[in-house]
Amino acid sequence: MTAPITAASMALDGGVLSTGDAAPEAAFVPSRGFWGHVGHRLVRDPVAMGAGAVILLVVLIAILSPWITPMDPYKGSMLRRLKHVGDATYWLGSDELGRDMISRLMLGSRLSLFIGVTPVLIAFVIGSAIGILAGYVGGWTNTILMRTIDVFFAFPSVLLAIALSGALGAGIFNSIVSLTCVFVPQIARVAESVTTGIRKRDYIDAAKLSGASPLTIMRVQVLGNVVGPIFVYATSLISVSMILASGLSFLGLGVRPPEPEWGLMLNTLRTAIYANPVVAALPGVCIFVVSIAFNMFSDGLRAAMEIRQ
Amino acid sequence: MSVIPDAPDPFARDRGGPAQPLLSVSGLYKHFPVRKAGGKKQVVRAVDGVDFDVLKGETLGIVGESGCGKSTTAKLLMGLIERDSGSLLYDGQAVGERVMPWRSYRRQVQMVFQDSYASLNPRMTVEQSIAFGPKVNGVPGREAVERARALLARVGLEPKRFAGRYPHEISGGQRQRVNIARSLALEPRLVLLDEAVSALDKSVEAQVLNLLLDLKAEFGLTYIFISHDLNVVRFISDRVMVMYLGRVSEIGPSDTVLDAPAHPYTEALLASMPSLDPDNRTEVALLAGDPPNPIDPPSGCRFHPRCSLAEPVCSEKEPPLDTIGPLHRVSCLARQPGSGHSSAPARALAA
Amino acid sequence: MSNPEPAVTLGNLRVAFGKVQVVDGVDLTVERGQAMALIGESGSGKSVTLRAILRLFHEGRSRIEGTILAAGRDVQALSRRQLADFRGGDVSMIFQEPLLAFDPVYTVGRQITEAIHRHEKISKDDARKRALALFERVRIPSPERRLDNYPHEMSGGMRQRAMIALALACRPQVLLADEPTTALDATVQIQVLLLLRELQRDLGLSIIIVTHDLGAAVEVADRIAVMYAGKIVETGTAHQVVLDPHHPYTIGLLRSRAEGALAKGSRLQTIPGSPPDLANRPPGCPFAPRCFLVEERCRQEMPPVGEISPGHKVACWRTDEASAAYRAGPTPVRAAELAPA
Repeated sequence: MTAPITAASMALDGGVLSTGDAAPEAAFVPSRGFWGHVGHRLVRDPVAMGAGAVILLVVLIAILSPWITPMDPYKGSMLRRLKHVGDATYWLGSDELGRDMISRLMLGSRLSLFIGVTPVLIAFVIGSAIGILAGYVGGWTNTILMRTIDVFFAFPSVLLAIALSGALGAGIFNSIVSLTCVFVPQIARVAESVTTGIRKRDYIDAAKLSGASPLTIMRVQVLGNVVGPIFVYATSLISVSMILASGLSFLGLGVRPPEPEWGLMLNTLRTAIYANPVVAALPGVCIFVVSIAFNMFSDGLRAAMEIRQ
Repeated sequence: MSVIPDAPDPFARDRGGPAQPLLSVSGLYKHFPVRKAGGKKQVVRAVDGVDFDVLKGETLGIVGESGCGKSTTAKLLMGLIERDSGSLLYDGQAVGERVMPWRSYRRQVQMVFQDSYASLNPRMTVEQSIAFGPKVNGVPGREAVERARALLARVGLEPKRFAGRYPHEISGGQRQRVNIARSLALEPRLVLLDEAVSALDKSVEAQVLNLLLDLKAEFGLTYIFISHDLNVVRFISDRVMVMYLGRVSEIGPSDTVLDAPAHPYTEALLASMPSLDPDNRTEVALLAGDPPNPIDPPSGCRFHPRCSLAEPVCSEKEPPLDTIGPLHRVSCLARQPGSGHSSAPARALAA
Repeated sequence: MSNPEPAVTLGNLRVAFGKVQVVDGVDLTVERGQAMALIGESGSGKSVTLRAILRLFHEGRSRIEGTILAAGRDVQALSRRQLADFRGGDVSMIFQEPLLAFDPVYTVGRQITEAIHRHEKISKDDARKRALALFERVRIPSPERRLDNYPHEMSGGMRQRAMIALALACRPQVLLADEPTTALDATVQIQVLLLLRELQRDLGLSIIIVTHDLGAAVEVADRIAVMYAGKIVETGTAHQVVLDPHHPYTIGLLRSRAEGALAKGSRLQTIPGSPPDLANRPPGCPFAPRCFLVEERCRQEMPPVGEISPGHKVACWRTDEASAAYRAGPTPVRAAELAPA
């Protein structure tokens, strides 16, 4: 065929035009975009949705707790100590000082969530910055940054958190600082490996060929592709962070009494473990449920983000 | 028609006239260090002394098997990896030096990659990907997007339907069209197609090949077309270069090289193409075994261990790339007068 | 072969993943000692058809209907344990990427002897001897030494040969090959194709090879089946299908090849459009929207399979016109009504 190149022959060979497409409903479907797809798939994942509902509920309780607690969480009563779960007044029993457990658990969710989530958020920002820089620039910068990060990996994260908190002194702020220090290296490591993987993709080469500066490539081409996976990893760290934060409080390095915080409550209630084991375990159950919920949600998010070709 | 603003780009117009090669490559070397088991340091001689010219307006096909260095050559030509030595002259101008830095060279020379999916950013719409190049070169956003839509229409993708799509929402053939549109967004004169149709289904491949022919005619492009498929290369190329283990073994007009190959390797490659005639199937494979490893290439002529014409002299002497006909050069001692090979032609008496 | 029973018989095979009907009523017979090629483009269902013979799918996510008889067994009726013996024993398979078929931490020789042990009671020495014989059979140079290689120590072509040896370890009657040469270099591909032909001839092996490359199919196969959108549209001997095609899709495939171009640099004949969305099959012939001979009934009703000549079956209403158009030469093959205004 040596037909002249006309619009009609182009369209014919171009085949992918609307007429050539055999699936009529494939036409004019508005594109959902990447996050649209992720959301669409996430909504269809019952486990992730369940976990998300738990998280949402806890967050709502945390926000509203000062107004919705059935009783004063600070007011104790020597006469009404260690009531059992199912008590007519104290639905979830009372603690060793006779304070209402359900009110304290509700109010405690505030601090527990706060010192669980904040360090991860801060570490997400700092760690991503370090990791993306190391991953994209590569070479010596990468070696120096990543070796420094490796030093932190020599310590188990629990020990590192305790050591830092111990050195800085007890208190909410210091707990957050020390937990942030624990998570920065972990997030940086993930950010670095994700970025290194992206850097080798052909579309980065194509962007280089278009004459874009490294900073532009990093901002436009790299960032959008690495933030997602790092974020997923970070959400999975929230559960660890909550447990570590509770651990610090349990050891007396975090929140100080009488503020309710799940880890601290677990600590003070441990003396009652034989007298009223169910009530003593309640803060632990809360920590467990919420951290599992965060984990399942991040799992669902990761699965939803795996777009297929 | 140029939308790139800080024109006049001195390289956008022809400088040296039609006789001057658009791209002239000489003495190109690239060795990659590798560490083998036992800590021994070795080098992969990926590209080991390659010279060729790309003439204005032609399509130069590059063929060869894995490890022959064709993809490394592509990356060297684009400056995506740094060359160990050798020079690139674009229309007579040395590339990578002050007069023509890589940045202005790359406006003239663009590339289409094999993997249509990996070469598009999964988080960018098709239109954003195409508009990215013009944008970073200073074209205002709106104009860049308009240009992207015009290009989409030009490569056969209706902008209304495709501009806002993401790479995973379209088929492989459609993605490769997007990649081609992107490569044209900076209005280059030379487009390097690295196995650009190899991953596509045959019927889609034919559509894309037709598109490439049309675009070439319309925009006056020059192509370097890298492929392992001799049929496709024969169809699209004016000249063909055959590579083997980091060297050029034969280069010449595609009709000459593919119909009357001078190098035994080219001959073997051609014989390896499956026949399409059920009554006349291939009976013997001309070559045994796999292509050797470019870490430790054979001495002398690199093809001699697999060559049917090999003689002792072939393992001692490296054959030069000798001219044997109009535009036809081959690197084989059996074709070089006075090489010492028994079947070498007699030395020409008069010049 | 004296045995009259075919090696593989597929009867109205249908495979669906969720709502997507990937294989949609495939009838196929492969005689003993015959090599059959299934060709088609990506998404045509050729690989899925092949894998259905070994039921290589996740049970919960797939639905296989129809009859599958292979090597004298009813594959649909096999229990899980019988299936494990059947795979690799009666029918075995080779893949495009041999690195995936081998475990990287064991030597190739050990993996072959283990495969033999899994199916037969045999002494260690005998198993090793058999492995060595297999390596010689598939023409691996210095086989003794190569048995002790790890998969990554072999070159691509040699790994492919080793995988064929592994597939032959338990003397199967049927060998299934899924794009066995697609990842190989041209000079290696032809060697592997010739090896498959040789094995078919010498061992009386029945082979089904799945490929998108018509050339590779012609090199190995006695018969070719062309698949489109989960259906076989044309079957026949290689000669019939390649030299005397009667289905517009087969004609399109042959025409769109670069070597079929009238002149260098002239435009290629192409099949316009792209394959249908399998989740939303249009009624009628799935190729109708891309066909150059389409008429109204093609869009309404799937044409029945008709026999053009002995052994040459085509599913098309207009086989005569198609054949005539093919013989008339490449120019008129155009779908005029498909051109947008």
